[in-house]
Amino acid sequence: MPPKLTAAVAATLLATIPLYAQAPAGRPPRTADGKPNLNGIWQALNTANWDLQTHGPSGGPPALGAIGATPPGLGVVEGGEIPYLPQAAEKKKQNFASRWTVDPEIKCYLPGVPRATYMPFPFQILQGSDSIMIAYGYADAVRTINMGKPSDAPLDSWMGWSNGHWEGDTLVVDVTGLNDQTWFDRAGDFHSDALHVVERYKLLNKDLLDYEATIEDPMVFSKPWKINMPLYRHAEKNARLMEFKCAEFTEELLYGNLRKKASQ
Amino acid sequence: MIERHLIHIGFLALAAWLAPVCWTPTVAQTATPAVRTKSKSPTAKWTPPRTADGHPVFEGVWNSSSLTPLERPVELGSKEFYSEEEVAAYTQKRRKEMSRERRDGGAEADLGRAYNEEWYDRGTEIGRNRRTSRIVDPPNGRFPPMTPEGQKRFDETRAWLDKHSTDAAENQPLYVRCLEASQAGPPMLPGNYNNNYQIVQTPGYFAILSEQPHQTRIVPLTQHSPLPQDVKQWMGDSRGHWEGDTLVVETSNLRFNDQSKFGNQYDGIADDNLRVTERFARTAADLIIYRATIIDPTVYTKPWTIELPLQKVTEPVYEYACHEGNYGLAGILSGARAEEKKAAEQNLGHR
Repeated sequence: MPPKLTAAVAATLLATIPLYAQAPAGRPPRTADGKPNLNGIWQALNTANWDLQTHGPSGGPPALGAIGATPPGLGVVEGGEIPYLPQAAEKKKQNFASRWTVDPEIKCYLPGVPRATYMPFPFQILQGSDSIMIAYGYADAVRTINMGKPSDAPLDSWMGWSNGHWEGDTLVVDVTGLNDQTWFDRAGDFHSDALHVVERYKLLNKDLLDYEATIEDPMVFSKPWKINMPLYRHAEKNARLMEFKCAEFTEELLYGNLRKKASQ
Repeated sequence: MIERHLIHIGFLALAAWLAPVCWTPTVAQTATPAVRTKSKSPTAKWTPPRTADGHPVFEGVWNSSSLTPLERPVELGSKEFYSEEEVAAYTQKRRKEMSRERRDGGAEADLGRAYNEEWYDRGTEIGRNRRTSRIVDPPNGRFPPMTPEGQKRFDETRAWLDKHSTDAAENQPLYVRCLEASQAGPPMLPGNYNNNYQIVQTPGYFAILSEQPHQTRIVPLTQHSPLPQDVKQWMGDSRGHWEGDTLVVETSNLRFNDQSKFGNQYDGIADDNLRVTERFARTAADLIIYRATIIDPTVYTKPWTIELPLQKVTEPVYEYACHEGNYGLAGILSGARAEEKKAAEQNLGHR
């Protein structure tokens, strides 16, 4: 924020900030070097992993009954709609129709950014001196945010290449080098390898982070769009990430057809 | 450290070749040797940078590759270190004997060695500690004898694997399944490539990201309730504490692969008795001396210890998306099914 903030500008700014973000909650904790202290185990409490946009409930694979159903939820997309280009909108529809077989999450593939953030798993932020590591509960996904001199993505990868910097008290992470293999959610929202994500993490109080991601991909979307959601700290005394190496649980699905037959 | 799609058709041969390597976890209690550093004054004590809470900084990217063998060649007896003079000759010898880029065994052998130095990144120097083996205890640098029970489990596992390793995905080694790698540990043992680690420290945690197969061990440094004994993790349940400037990490609850009957480092023969104690000491600007003691009374008659120099590197850790690119596992299984089919057809032809 500019140093001389007029009341009018402040009011305008406030109007664009989500309501929960306006709650005064004391001065956020700081690290030894004076930065907001993001260390901790965090999790989104929403249904964005099922569908980024507002959605009602729907059934899943019949064998799973209520367990496989999609819980309803309010969307996290600013403005409500994802601005697909016409052809891409068609592809999204196809993805949606085949979501119970095609979603890369089924195969335990790395989730990409920003999906890793709002999957229904906790993640841990480890704020080092020259880099910030984020370890995700899902699939041992991990990324290291370079807080030094920004560097170019050496190649495309599932979790991308993250360069971070502080803008005041907001951690801004620029993510490039993302491949085109991940989806944003189980509803088939997708992107190309031209994806560029800018994340903003702002600590509102010690237990609440405001998370915003601007998504830009001229191959798929007509304009950049944003998602926004609160992230909550796991306040349990012994909160911890536990291993979820889900590749193991996909082996029958992926390789079961290659199993030796009992008769052989 | 370029991302390598290590898993491909050459993997079966690699798996067979690797078997003795995987079968070699390690540790030791002998005095740390004079570590050869680039410092002009090797006796000068190096003062580590410190974190805000006063502990040595271990952050950065580190690599454990070296030509040092896990077990000491028998003929060296109790010789723990090479002299400066011996290093060059030994390094040449070791490079030559480890190289799979050679043509001295015929076509079949060449095929078996197709997974070669083009893929490997095992290091081209012996460890900076000039040790003759990674195992530093027992004093002969070799595994302690197994217990009768350990030997029995080992033999049975091997015999079972000879018949069934390609029957199904879950019978393959953990690194082929992308579930664990020797590098991730604990103990953290170098493999054929991607022996890179990124360490991040926060006031309450010491996090070790192992490039292969992208696993992060987040070690709590404060009071932390252990997991119940029946909850296992591939990397176990670690707790850390400081002993002076040395970080000591104790790990239990290591999963020994009860489903597939064999594991990566322990060949699945270990049980709840398995514990690992690691010690991280930063002894120079570009060096961590890492020790790990494996305590496994079910399998070994006594604990054993490895020591590894971890060398600081300037490159970042790249993403090793192992499972996502795992064509090798499907290739191994479909190859086995094809061979069975061929054999069955030949049998029919003989009737």
